[in-house]
Amino acid sequence: MEICPLIKNILLLDSEGKHVAVKYYSDDWPTNSAKLAFEKSVFTKTSKTNARTEAEITMIDNYIIVYKCTEDLYFYVTGGDDENELILASVLQGFFDAVALLLRDNVSKIAALESLDLIFCCIDEIVDRGIILETEASVIAGKVASNGLESASSLTEQTITQALATAREHLARSLLK
Amino acid sequence: MAQPLAKKDDDRDDEAEYSPFTGIEKGAVLQEARVFNDPQLDPRRCSQVITKLLYLLNQGETFTKVEATEVFFAVTKLFQSKDIGLRRMVYLIIKELSPSADEVIIVTSSLMKDMNSKSDMYRANAIRVLCRITDGTLLTQIERYLKQAIVDKNPVVASAALVSGIHLLQTNPEIVKRWSNEVQEAVQSRAALVQFHALALLHQIRQNDRLAVSKLVTSLTRGTVRSPLAQCLLIRYTSQVIRESGQNTQTGERPFYDFLESCLRHKAEMVIFEAARAITELSGVTSRELTPAITVLQLFLSSSKPVLRFAAVRTLNKVAMTHPMAVTNCNIDMESLISDQNRSIATLAITTLLKTGNESSVDRLMKQITNFMSDIADEFKIVVVEAIRSLCLKFPLKYRTLMNFLSNILREEGGFEYKKAIVDSIVILIRDIPDAKESGLFHLCEFIEDCEFTYLSSQILHFLGNEGPKTSDPSKYIRYIYNRVILENATVRANAVSTLAKFGAVVDSLKPRIFVLLRRCLFDSDDEVRDRATLYLNTLGGDGSVGETDKDVKDFLFGSLDVPLANLETSLKNYEPSEEPFDIDAVPKEVKSQPLAEKKAPGKKPTGLDAPPIVPTSTIDAYEKLLSSIPEFSGFGQLFKSSAPVELTEPETEYSVNVVKHIYDENVVFQFNCTNTIPEQLLENVTVLMDATEAEEFSEVASKPLRSLPYDSPGQTFVAFEKPVGSPAVGKFSNMLKFIVKEVDTSTGEAEEDGVEDEYQLEDLEVVHADYMLKVGVSNFRNAWESMGPDNERVDEYGLGVRESLAEAVNAVINILGLQPCEGTEVVPSNSRSHSCLLSGVYIGNVKVLVRLSFGIDGPKQVAMKLAVRSEDQAVSDAIHEIIASG
Repeated sequence: MEICPLIKNILLLDSEGKHVAVKYYSDDWPTNSAKLAFEKSVFTKTSKTNARTEAEITMIDNYIIVYKCTEDLYFYVTGGDDENELILASVLQGFFDAVALLLRDNVSKIAALESLDLIFCCIDEIVDRGIILETEASVIAGKVASNGLESASSLTEQTITQALATAREHLARSLLK
Repeated sequence: MAQPLAKKDDDRDDEAEYSPFTGIEKGAVLQEARVFNDPQLDPRRCSQVITKLLYLLNQGETFTKVEATEVFFAVTKLFQSKDIGLRRMVYLIIKELSPSADEVIIVTSSLMKDMNSKSDMYRANAIRVLCRITDGTLLTQIERYLKQAIVDKNPVVASAALVSGIHLLQTNPEIVKRWSNEVQEAVQSRAALVQFHALALLHQIRQNDRLAVSKLVTSLTRGTVRSPLAQCLLIRYTSQVIRESGQNTQTGERPFYDFLESCLRHKAEMVIFEAARAITELSGVTSRELTPAITVLQLFLSSSKPVLRFAAVRTLNKVAMTHPMAVTNCNIDMESLISDQNRSIATLAITTLLKTGNESSVDRLMKQITNFMSDIADEFKIVVVEAIRSLCLKFPLKYRTLMNFLSNILREEGGFEYKKAIVDSIVILIRDIPDAKESGLFHLCEFIEDCEFTYLSSQILHFLGNEGPKTSDPSKYIRYIYNRVILENATVRANAVSTLAKFGAVVDSLKPRIFVLLRRCLFDSDDEVRDRATLYLNTLGGDGSVGETDKDVKDFLFGSLDVPLANLETSLKNYEPSEEPFDIDAVPKEVKSQPLAEKKAPGKKPTGLDAPPIVPTSTIDAYEKLLSSIPEFSGFGQLFKSSAPVELTEPETEYSVNVVKHIYDENVVFQFNCTNTIPEQLLENVTVLMDATEAEEFSEVASKPLRSLPYDSPGQTFVAFEKPVGSPAVGKFSNMLKFIVKEVDTSTGEAEEDGVEDEYQLEDLEVVHADYMLKVGVSNFRNAWESMGPDNERVDEYGLGVRESLAEAVNAVINILGLQPCEGTEVVPSNSRSHSCLLSGVYIGNVKVLVRLSFGIDGPKQVAMKLAVRSEDQAVSDAIHEIIASG
């Protein structure tokens, strides 16, 4: 068993399975085509399931993949087959919530592409070469936003805690539906 | 049609309007990157360009070396800007570009400045970037800063340094190991993630020191680790310590078990699960130890979170393989998971239930599964089929239900792998449950009536030919087989012809009718089909001529090929058409060790329609060529076996020598492979002096010295012995390497004129019984065993005394005998109390040997073994027993 929990990759795909932002931390997919093939099999297997409210999970080729989605964005975190599923889920949750904070609850492809710099920084703050750096969404978003672009100022106006509260409320609402 | 088309265009327009990256193109972006060189930097613009570059890389675009260098140099200019956001992007792009060593120097000073900046964000990021791109020499310069950063009060900075440390440990362990004190301090940090990273690094620094790890675990399990992630790490380290310390079975106490159990009450689910999983994976876990872990996993099964349910059911599935009884409590929860939205969870639940179910629940379970099968993917179905196969072997009385299920799903749609799994399962059931034979064969016949896979049709026809004639009414299969001759492609037709012939050979009453069918095949459009029909008509005597004797015919049709296919293939390739016919007896029978790839996947052995292992033969060919080229040994006849090289020196000594034992009927040749590892020496006239006083049956006949052995270019010297014909003489030799040593001037490479005689003691060498045994596998052990007959069978029982484990005992016996394990029986499932192992081989004098071993182990690890040997020669059977009795 890998003694230290390792993340194999983080993927953010659109509703057609295309890249928005991806980051691979493992040499398991050495070529670009291997990566695309992996993403394709992941997307075909998961795109039809409903992972709006709770994170879903599946196994492909001895990788564990946890995922969550919105209207047109799919969030994935991949780990090895003996990884603790709940650790992967906590990374996914951190990623998802941090993006929600940074995009101020408008978690859509357009918003993500328009703030792609923030998304890249966000992924960079979650995992460093496979090792989990941070899983707490507010901390991740804080680290990204405090040195982000013009959105930083607007995000500080609406303080992180407030934003997190909005996110929670939003989640509660969607659960009650 | 016009309407939807127009709509599609609209959509596209929308997208083009919204995506900021539509029509992005590498060349243009590289042009844009020139803004980095502007004297008046526009931070916003620069950030956008970097984002575009990152976007391109992310889409799989690659930069050429020149392009990457250009971008990198332009980016270094951006350190002038004070804009925080831009700096963040600069860090990112530098990491992505992974600059070369001479480029790194350019940014080093900028990054080092940032490392000492007042802003924690700058410091954390600069540390990560610098450690990512740096090499060892630079590391010593920044080591002081990194040590400080590890204990920095800002958790982000500390984590950045610690994580970088974890990565650097791979490349510069000696430097990172000096940080132990600081890392230890960080373990006590109040920040959760710092604690996690510090613990990970501390463990990696100490991982090769068992005692230190054990101490670390002992101290931390007593204290409080706050971070859930760190707690998970601690659980992993604890199980590692438990694994390595071995448990104290006498008292039943297991060190640290209490700690693992207490973690089951942790508030974080992540930790609870990690602990539960660790407990289930303890080696030799007792049911008392398991219970609390199973209880928490059971709770997870009804969680609203799919991830939790998945994690729990996957772990329980693994537990069910070794401790099915422990999991039965969860069966009700598990049954409700069959309808789980998440099909992975449902499949895991079903296969777990199949493993834990009892005989009475089988029918109910199968009903549930039938509904389930229609809406899952092939890969899940294969898992279910495999689970059903093992269930059927467990409850043979239920074969009817299960066989029906298999035949039903065989008729449904499905890909090749899925169908193959089903066919394999049916074949295994037919083999192992005699009652299931007729119905199973019938299902297979039905299947080939409409089978799109040539491979499966061929396999089934082959199997039908072996099993069909032995049934009560063989004639009913003929129709199915002959239909293949009419309807299928050439490969299947040819196989059908062979199958028909097998029926004809065994069932006399069918013979005349088979001849009629075979004669029709003489007009087939395909060569192979016609050839086979002609051949079989001749061998069976269908053309009116006198056929060969009954036994020969059956041997020819049913006998297994006793040479490895790969060997046969190389021999056939080497055969040049000539007057001399190809002689199959000349094909070497030695099975070479498996290639590495196969060893890695021991679980993926062909289980159903098995094929003999395919192995390379290159080394034995090479040996044979080498030896026959030496005149002294050319008269020894056919080489029987060559052993694997045995090392006669410790690694890293002055001279490295290993030996290969070549066994002939009357002789043994020892090939010493010598390597001289001293550049200042040249060895000449190298021989090995072998003292055979402890090997009385051997007498030396020849020796071939090695004329010269220069530095680092291996050479061989040989010694040949004579021994009684065909006898498995054993003995021990003590060896001395003798040579003349000459000094070499390393600058010119020239050796001095005069040398000094010297000798070098080598380790002793033994010739053992296993050296006279060729590892030759058989494809179907049961058939081979039965066709060998009980005439020369010898059975006896032996006590093997106290052994470490059953697996260890099985391996020891296999090694002593030097036989080839068959059908994967050398693998002992963990925790089993008894095991059967099938072995086969060829003994010197070309005598086939088959061995059945049954092992049993009791509480205090006493191992008993029953040994049954069948061979073509009573004396050889006795000799095998002799080996065990004396070993």
